Amino acid sequence: MKCQKCEKPATFHITDLTVEPLLALHLCPDCAKQYLQPEQAALPAPTTSSVIDKQLKLEQTAEELKELDSKSCPVCGVTFFEFRQAGRLGCPHDYDYFQAELEPLLLNVHGNTKHVGKHPRRMPLEAEVTNAVIQERRELRDAVETEDYERASKIRDRIRTFETGARDGDRDFGDSGSRHAGGEDSGREEHTA
Amino acid sequence: MIIEDLTERIGEWLRGSGPESDIVMSSRIRLARNVADFPFIRRCSDIDRANLEATVRDSMKRHPRLAELDYVNVALLDPLDRQFLVERQLISRELSEAEGARSVAIEKEERLSVMINEEDHLRIQVMHSGFDLQSAWERINELDDQIESQVRYAYHQQFGYLTACPTNVGTGMRVSVLVHLPALVITQQIDKVFRSLQRINLVVRGLYGEGSQAMGDFYQVSNQITLGKTEEDLVRRVSEVVPVLINYERKAREYLINENQHDLFDQVSRAYGTLQNAQQISSEETMHLLSRVRMGVNLGLIGNVEIPTINKLFVHTQPAHLQKLTRSGTSNSQRNIERANYLQSHLRPRPDSSEHN
Ligand SMILES: [Zn+2]
Ligand SMILES: [Zn+2]
Repeated sequence: MKCQKCEKPATFHITDLTVEPLLALHLCPDCAKQYLQPEQAALPAPTTSSVIDKQLKLEQTAEELKELDSKSCPVCGVTFFEFRQAGRLGCPHDYDYFQAELEPLLLNVHGNTKHVGKHPRRMPLEAEVTNAVIQERRELRDAVETEDYERASKIRDRIRTFETGARDGDRDFGDSGSRHAGGEDSGREEHTA
Repeated sequence: MIIEDLTERIGEWLRGSGPESDIVMSSRIRLARNVADFPFIRRCSDIDRANLEATVRDSMKRHPRLAELDYVNVALLDPLDRQFLVERQLISRELSEAEGARSVAIEKEERLSVMINEEDHLRIQVMHSGFDLQSAWERINELDDQIESQVRYAYHQQFGYLTACPTNVGTGMRVSVLVHLPALVITQQIDKVFRSLQRINLVVRGLYGEGSQAMGDFYQVSNQITLGKTEEDLVRRVSEVVPVLINYERKAREYLINENQHDLFDQVSRAYGTLQNAQQISSEETMHLLSRVRMGVNLGLIGNVEIPTINKLFVHTQPAHLQKLTRSGTSNSQRNIERANYLQSHLRPRPDSSEHN
């Protein structure tokens, strides 16, 4: 029997189960290989850093990229270069601080830049407040490293005060007023979405 | 100690029940969440990590339902126990190999686990047996709400749940099914099927393996996109493709039976015979042969072994499980002998005994 795609002898007899009706094919080894693995073979999913790199090189000149790389988040200190290398951000504030650079990337990966799914039931904490706490944590590390224990203990106190307040604050998402639920979730309704 | 309790049992997701469980082994959903007032993991100092781990754990324990979970300090486990939890799919390889404070909260039935200090501060996971994504979503949604009542998540009006990697932002949700597709592998259709999945933004990964080579013909199919779709949408997108995959696999099995039943029966019987009689056998060969036998049992070609037994053997013959179960040594050759013994004891017909475990 001859190959259905060329003149060589057919040694592969394949039934394609992914089409309806089932398709019987008689192919030579070369054409069989072509048929079973057309285009490129399944590539591993591209890593985040490679997607970012590709994206940026399309949009920026080398000069611009160099300047962008040295940009560093005022809250956690991560530089854009570090993000580009590792594919990981440093803190929640990076989504605001690098927003202009991230949006094209998000569009490329997700085809979208706006979340439409579920949200927390409690009102999220003010970003200004949580950013300040993240900065305090950085200072705490510095204080411990320089063995300035007096300063460290003051910072710890401030963080603890914040943490206690954050835990007990229980405003519902979207509510303007506040509501007390005694720290438990006993007062929470069944579904908000 | 919880690890010792786990050793003898099998996870709920290996039960081999649930819809379409001959092809769909398990349905899994995970959510990535971060705490609002800590930097993401890569920017955490050792102090931050320790505080974060303690804060999340203590907060979760304040919730009566979450307090019932078992909390395992992964940083204190020896490498064997960490590998054991990876094989059990209760923690990721990343968490196992990370450094610094980290832990996992596990439900007794092993259907849910919460990793603390993985790539994100929290990785919440629910795993159900068979094709059952809807109930997995309901369960994890409830669990997420329970944790959120105690932990302030990093959440952004525009971008949703913030994650260390922008590829997870928005819902932070990965929906996946673990499918067993031996007939599509034998008929060489598997690459073709997967390319069609990639075209609709689904990701396919082999079980346990990092690369393209799937162990035991198990593949994990999951969503790639996490932003701009609702959670229900993401569940639907993965759910819709599963019946198609099941249909392909069933057609491939039918084809194998109709076209060359003798070949198929021969392959399955040889696989079974090898597992029953080998004197030493590697983990890879075991997976490969168990896969054939599993298909043979589901097609009624092999009668005297149960699917839950096969499912259990897939996990129990992995290196860390085997080492703990048989108290064998750490050398490969020793383990290969122990593995063969273990398989024999489970697969050799015992005279006048209908009992199986
Ligand atoms: Zn040809
Ligand atoms: Zn930052």
